[in-house]
Amino acid sequence: MSKSGIIEQERYTCAIGALQSVVAIPRAVPILHAGPGCGDMIAGFFERSTGYAGGSTAPCTNFSEQEVVFGGIDRLREIITNTYKVLDTDLQVILTGCTAGIVGDDVESLAEEFQAEGKPIVAIETAGFKCNNFEAHSLVVNAIIDQYVAGFEADNPARDEKNTVNLLASIPYQDPFWKGNLNEYKRLLAGIGLKAQVLFGPQSEGVAEWQRIPRANFNILVSPWYGLPIAEHLEEKYDQPYTQFLHIPIGANQTERFLRQVLAFANEQGAKLDEAAAEAFIRRESEAYYEEIDNLATFLLEFRYGLPNHVHILHDAGYVLGFSKFLLHEVGIVPKEQFVVDNTPPAFQEAIRAELKTTSQKRDIPLFFEPDAGQAQAQLRALHHEGRGIIIGSGWDKELAKDKDYDFLSAAVPSPYRLVMTTNYAGFSGGLRAIEDIYDAVLATYR
Amino acid sequence: MSQINLHIPEVSIREIRIGSITGFQGGAQELVSGSRCGLKDKTRSFSQCLGCATSKAACMTILVQDAAVISHGPVGCASCLHEFAFTYRVNSPLRGVDHPTPRKIFSTNLVETDTVYGGGQKLAASIREVYERTSPSVIFVLTTCAAGIIGDDVESICDEAEEEMGLPVVAIFCEGFRSKVWTTGFDAAYHGIARKLIKPARQKRSDTINVINFWGGDVFSDWFAPFGAKPNFITPYSTLESLSYSSEAIATVQACPTLGSYLGAALEQEFGVPEIKAAPPYGIAQTDRWFRALGQLLGKQDVAERVIEEKKLKYMPQIEALREKLRGKTAYVTAGAAHGHALLSVLGELGLEARGAAIFHHDPVYDNGYEESDLLAQGVKEYGDVPNFNVCNKQEFELVNVLNRLRPDLLLARHGGMTLWGAKLGIPALLIGDEHYSMGYEGLVRYGERIVETLENDEFVKNLERHAVNPYTKWWLNQEPHAFLGGRGK
Repeated sequence: MSKSGIIEQERYTCAIGALQSVVAIPRAVPILHAGPGCGDMIAGFFERSTGYAGGSTAPCTNFSEQEVVFGGIDRLREIITNTYKVLDTDLQVILTGCTAGIVGDDVESLAEEFQAEGKPIVAIETAGFKCNNFEAHSLVVNAIIDQYVAGFEADNPARDEKNTVNLLASIPYQDPFWKGNLNEYKRLLAGIGLKAQVLFGPQSEGVAEWQRIPRANFNILVSPWYGLPIAEHLEEKYDQPYTQFLHIPIGANQTERFLRQVLAFANEQGAKLDEAAAEAFIRRESEAYYEEIDNLATFLLEFRYGLPNHVHILHDAGYVLGFSKFLLHEVGIVPKEQFVVDNTPPAFQEAIRAELKTTSQKRDIPLFFEPDAGQAQAQLRALHHEGRGIIIGSGWDKELAKDKDYDFLSAAVPSPYRLVMTTNYAGFSGGLRAIEDIYDAVLATYR
Repeated sequence: MSQINLHIPEVSIREIRIGSITGFQGGAQELVSGSRCGLKDKTRSFSQCLGCATSKAACMTILVQDAAVISHGPVGCASCLHEFAFTYRVNSPLRGVDHPTPRKIFSTNLVETDTVYGGGQKLAASIREVYERTSPSVIFVLTTCAAGIIGDDVESICDEAEEEMGLPVVAIFCEGFRSKVWTTGFDAAYHGIARKLIKPARQKRSDTINVINFWGGDVFSDWFAPFGAKPNFITPYSTLESLSYSSEAIATVQACPTLGSYLGAALEQEFGVPEIKAAPPYGIAQTDRWFRALGQLLGKQDVAERVIEEKKLKYMPQIEALREKLRGKTAYVTAGAAHGHALLSVLGELGLEARGAAIFHHDPVYDNGYEESDLLAQGVKEYGDVPNFNVCNKQEFELVNVLNRLRPDLLLARHGGMTLWGAKLGIPALLIGDEHYSMGYEGLVRYGERIVETLENDEFVKNLERHAVNPYTKWWLNQEPHAFLGGRGK
């Protein structure tokens, strides 16, 4: 950690960045009650993230001196009223910025005025100083549950569908592979007999799916820490238990473990999953996966012009765990010092360390929790390991990799050096894609 | 009367200083005439996300080669700044920087308790840490809404740090809520730079001309060479040294007066560096004026005439050919103020008909006070009025409505996010980020060729049009485009 608490090279943004979780819900619109630059900052951080009505489309009160002095509620009321005229949306979510937060505008009461008219509108306080977007994602989801989903409970009895689950995994846009990952989780869970409500992206059914949240028998949380308040809230509100898998499962080993954990938990909760059929699905997927690894192994073992033998990862805790396990066992790249840059709260750090320890009986993987990624880079610059290395991180790390003469894979935000649309790193196919991306980057150095 | 006052820490915002506005609907001629007698701004009863001053101040400081920049605020207020690290790296070859160093961009990461107890101590510690970690030549501290409202005494903290560490620590006041005109952020950065960094000239350098600009290609070295001069680009890719002694240049030119208004005036009024009064060289008439003004200022009128003659000889046949191809085509422009005016002049010169424009704000006059610096006024005189001239700070809903009505053959934009709606409506859209690209005679040729290419290659936008997702209601698209401007919405 830096002495002063300063952060260099941001890998996440502030609370209002969770407006992207709204953008990720089909036909939902974020309404910003914030300073004029907040939306622009978030759009610039994530890039190519406009969705249906985010980016330049998102309504905003654009706080000026007048609202700072006199409050901005009337301005917000006007903007919301006209939002209904101008934009065709299914769900409106008001998010506040620092200005509204400090001034103390009561946005929830205002939202209630519109809710009383039957409008599907939700308000959340997301002043930037309050928390970061990893945490604010849970605030947004829980607020939508309380202020919107709760209105549909009469038609959606709690835990009504034994084989339906809510999946809480990738944070939209903060995980650049969220869309592809959610798609793959949904496919895999369907393979063992579960209908997964993924809530975000084209694989969700928009607000109709949100309304059915209570129906799920249980919840699956794929995360080391973020998103946990959602699982806890749903447990309290709808009595839905949850099963937590600490990290993104990349490749065969972890995906199999993930699916078996879910399978066992589902049947404990009264789902009627056919275990033999589920195992047959896992086997088929695994065999197809190892057909590729088998085919690739010669290249990994024999390519004589140089391949990376070790890796440093700068990412959120879920990716650091998922990549470390995957790369060591399924690709043969040894994880050296790893850096978790997501500002993991101290309470969760021990469990993450313990999980990383399970990666290998015979080696210790040094792990650093360092939200000041500039500091993490400084540490990395000073390290030396024999052989060719690869860095997996955000766009910030490209220069570092070049300076260290390492290979580089861009797999975290912000990244101006890579386009991601529907690529997934989760699952069997995600492992194969990660291998393709790593060795594409490596082979591109030969010219 | 001059509005430059380097004795106070904060720059006066554009609305107050030069009467800038962000809402207007009418004709360009009407706006130009109105500008001479005071414009009244209009507000909107619906609005979408704007930009803010902090990122504008950021780009003018982050790209100073040996600087470190601290955003004093929550992490969100620095979260798009990685874009400028990319810019610096990618464009460095254009400015002869062979080994671009990583940009030093920090956030003080203000949290809730700081908003209660103040963030001053954190800032002081941060400045010290940044100094120890990066040994920069200069540290810029950018303020944010949160820091501004809680009232941290950023100026004093920077002054104390400067004294303690012995390097300039420049406070730049660029809170987003202070101004609806985000280019106030440029002024804020320049104000800090002029106050703290620019030093009185030790000598005059008759071979050096300041160019206030962004990070585009270098057209100026070639242009200045016949005059026996070379450009000193400020502030991107400058160094503390080259910035400090920009006072020694023989003159200052601006690539974009919306950008450089304040710094150009400050250099002239406070440091005696005369500014070329002519608006930037977009379109033939203005290019000729600009070269003549340059020649006059340098006492080399004969060189200016020779340059103009050579350029006419070389480029007029190509320009004529382009005019032939583009005759009768219609276009719509959306861009920041001065560059929008520049694009309108380029269109006029190439013989396209401007059907309208959405220009992000309007400065009735620049800080230098010279009417001849107003490119819009020159353009209207030269190429006629522009109808449907809308001053509109990136309000996409108005743009979509207008484009849907006007259906021009071409959309010209500068600033991200604006071309999308041209494409969704099947209108070929062109964005050139480099503001130097269309300057001068050769710029007309370059830009004209890109227009021809854009009009020709319309398959992509035609396909996108068929599949475009549109969040705007039918009701809205049937309203007057300015239904929400200047009062209550209907």
